[in-house]
Amino acid sequence: MTFVAKPKVHHPKLRVNEIGLTRRDYEGSVSTLCAGCGHDAVSAAITQACADLAIPPHKFAKISGIGCSSKTPSYFLGNSHGFNSVHGRMPSVSTGANLANRELYCIGVSGDGDSASIGLGQFAHIVRRRINMLYIVDNNGTYGLTKGQFSATSDKGSTNKRGLPILYEPIDLVSMALQIGASFVARSFSGDRQQLIPLIKAGLMHRGFSFIDVISPCVKFNNHNGSTKSYEYVRGHSESFVAADYVMPHEEITADYGPGEREEVTMPDGSRLCLHKLDDAYDPYDRISALAHVQTAQQQGEVVTGLLYVDPDAADCHEILETVDTPLNSLTETDLCPGSGALEAINQSMR
Amino acid sequence: MTSYNDFVIRFANVNGSGSASANSMFAKALFRMGIPVSTRNIFPSNIAGLPTWFDVRVSERGYLGRREGVDLMVAMNAETFEEDVAALREGGYLLYDSSAGLNPRLYRGDVSEIGIPIAKLLLPEFQDPKQRQLFKNIVYLGALSALLEIEFDVFTNMVSAQYKGKDELIQPNIHAMEIGRRYAREYLECPLPIRVRRSEGVGDRIMIDGNTAAGLGALYGGATVCAWYPITPSTSMAEAFEKYANQLRIDEETGQRKFAVIQAEDELSAMGIVIGAGWNGARAFTATSGPGVSLMTEFLGLAYFAEIPAVLFDIQRSGPSTGMPTRTQQSDLLACAYASHGDTKHPLLFPSTPKECFDFAADALDLADRLQTPILVLSDLELGMFDTLSEPLTWDDARSYDRGKVLSADDLDRVETFGRYLDVDGDGIGYRTLPGTHPTKGAFFTRGTSRDEFAAYTESPEAYIANMDRLQLKWKTAAALVPQAAVSGNDNKAGIIFYGTTELPMQEALDRLTENGIRLDTMRLRAFPFGVEVYEFIESHELIFLAEQNRDAQMRTLLSIEGDIDPTRIISVLYYGGLSISADTIHDQVLQHYEETSRPRLTEVKS
Repeated sequence: MTFVAKPKVHHPKLRVNEIGLTRRDYEGSVSTLCAGCGHDAVSAAITQACADLAIPPHKFAKISGIGCSSKTPSYFLGNSHGFNSVHGRMPSVSTGANLANRELYCIGVSGDGDSASIGLGQFAHIVRRRINMLYIVDNNGTYGLTKGQFSATSDKGSTNKRGLPILYEPIDLVSMALQIGASFVARSFSGDRQQLIPLIKAGLMHRGFSFIDVISPCVKFNNHNGSTKSYEYVRGHSESFVAADYVMPHEEITADYGPGEREEVTMPDGSRLCLHKLDDAYDPYDRISALAHVQTAQQQGEVVTGLLYVDPDAADCHEILETVDTPLNSLTETDLCPGSGALEAINQSMR
Repeated sequence: MTSYNDFVIRFANVNGSGSASANSMFAKALFRMGIPVSTRNIFPSNIAGLPTWFDVRVSERGYLGRREGVDLMVAMNAETFEEDVAALREGGYLLYDSSAGLNPRLYRGDVSEIGIPIAKLLLPEFQDPKQRQLFKNIVYLGALSALLEIEFDVFTNMVSAQYKGKDELIQPNIHAMEIGRRYAREYLECPLPIRVRRSEGVGDRIMIDGNTAAGLGALYGGATVCAWYPITPSTSMAEAFEKYANQLRIDEETGQRKFAVIQAEDELSAMGIVIGAGWNGARAFTATSGPGVSLMTEFLGLAYFAEIPAVLFDIQRSGPSTGMPTRTQQSDLLACAYASHGDTKHPLLFPSTPKECFDFAADALDLADRLQTPILVLSDLELGMFDTLSEPLTWDDARSYDRGKVLSADDLDRVETFGRYLDVDGDGIGYRTLPGTHPTKGAFFTRGTSRDEFAAYTESPEAYIANMDRLQLKWKTAAALVPQAAVSGNDNKAGIIFYGTTELPMQEALDRLTENGIRLDTMRLRAFPFGVEVYEFIESHELIFLAEQNRDAQMRTLLSIEGDIDPTRIISVLYYGGLSISADTIHDQVLQHYEETSRPRLTEVKS
């Protein structure tokens, strides 16, 4: 990290998005994380994705728990409100924030300790409730901020820095999200920007709960030989079945993944999610088979990445609850207070 | 000697047998005759099959507190029959199902037995075993109408209203009532020397429980988000809010809801949802009991330090731990006042009546927004769950919500410097902004860590101290905004302090003490932090009693900590058995103090 502040000037030819802003307008403050930390690459990907989508920066709300990953909301979208809450409880705070104003784009950032240990219960239930948000786990298989303890996503048999093996079964949040029925499930790698950025865009624009488990190596505590979440291991053991690209309404589809089936899903705003199947046998609309693929790969020590499952038509929490379109936080006395007449009728019913 | 409108009747039933609705009908009938009644239920932490007791106190003088001793026992549970007979006062009346006779071992020479062969009477009338069971309760209602001279058409009108639209239920119910009434008139001495008669005592008061009133108050007060987890005895508060919201908060055109209710997976999540909603500008609340407060404690600390509005209703029950889930107590006071690690304190409100539950619910939402902090409303099982007399609920249509210091986009354009935690007005409260307000101004980071006035992370001692001191200043501002204590009388040298449901038996206790030559001024605490009037009352009385329903005299502790008062200055009057404190308890303990200290009485007026 550095203590030197970023200069305010930027390159004159820096690309400008549809609302006249550059990537710089979507950045946050300088990161205090270790040099080479995967989480910084994730923050950069989020920054780029939000700039590409041309959503005004203040229309995002960023929420996190506690941990190295949970520090990252400071490092992107500096003009958005952020909430660094308490350990493992980001889902409930995000739920409340989304209920209060359904029009904001909610990004929740968490870590494997935050979501797979203390936060496991809240994680499962926010998936159930289908809160409209993008939930990103920066998964490094360790507790970085408290200096290197095991996490629940560490693979059994992999070792920590001192060579001690993990004795317990791992928890896979992707499998859990699939099992509970999340309508957008993906896994990616902080080192694969080309894969990650479209997933973030698609996840943000998907109406419903979008989950991306990002393997994001910890250079300080879990990047050694014996780790299954190191840069080297992930690069050598990942496989992808579906390449996803997110295309704005007016854009041309330019990505070309070569032979293989391609599908387009049109989102409500006219943008398109293009799915390019790298494996013909894989069906990103089949939740159960996606789960089977992920589990099988895990048994073989492989990490499946890419968009694993999507249901573009699933309802979100607000639709399920049938709340009004107007954000609840902007309703006034006229909308909310039934008045003295109604109260007198209630009194009368109690006589 | 005949007495009117002055007795305690206890119904002893098996829970899950339909007795609750029959017994409520009894209380309601008397209420509709204008007679002041209070009800309380001893129900087990169970769904069906265990004993349950329903007490109705009838009091022309308007004494609503629990009274020791039972005058008329309706003993319908064989399992508890022996103890129910023993609970009767000398000269009392035992009403029971005599179909199987009475065990001579249980005969008491000093009570009158009223045997009605209820089961036998029902056999020829109803064939369905379920009906035969349910209508037992209705038969004794009919008998009681004759025994106590309850106006029979009040009962029949209630049945017709209750089962309106389900006519096939009305006739059998009325028929079962007539069976009981006819039997009583024919075979029993009717009416009894204890009886009722129409009264003006009720006036325009309503009969409602505190949780329903609180749910309505939250609705009228503008709450849009309710997140909760089921626990006895707070469940009915959240359910009341949801029920009335589904009636009164539906958009006319679209049929959509102007509120959101989430039954969370646990209390931690419930509180997190409330805080996330409050952070994002929606009025939000949760309802729970002691065990839930324990779970929510971490989040309460976050909301205190990060200064986020939230409202928590703690409907207290007997603790510690799982305690007695279906019994009342006032023992969460310290846990709520200082919830969470570090130097924290939270405003508390202490409603005593259903009307106050309604008013304080709405006030709590205003206070949370104004003070940018969690507000805890401390009710209890007695107040929350039992139907009792209350002044009607009122709402001023001109009232607007106090949303507190929130800057709009225009405000941000005009303001030179915005700092979330900057004390611009000198009251300790900064200005906040909501997410999504302005493209380039007003965004800041909310977190539970220390920060400077501009919400930037810092560990600087000076910045931390300044922030903590500002929170103390905010606390002083709170003291001027929360409901003041209700003080009555200032002529006596002795006074008694109390709060919440300890008010119920207080007038009766005071009247009896007066008969014994002891006069007390009273102060009912309604909120924390304490205002100057609280300390003035203590200062101006030589002898101070404090009556409360917990073992450790928690309110006395709170007063001594916050007011620098020597705790030995306050004499505790305590009851913590899980029932509602009675006038007897208060009277006896106060009297005992006078006797033990040989304190003079009749001359105890200030000169």
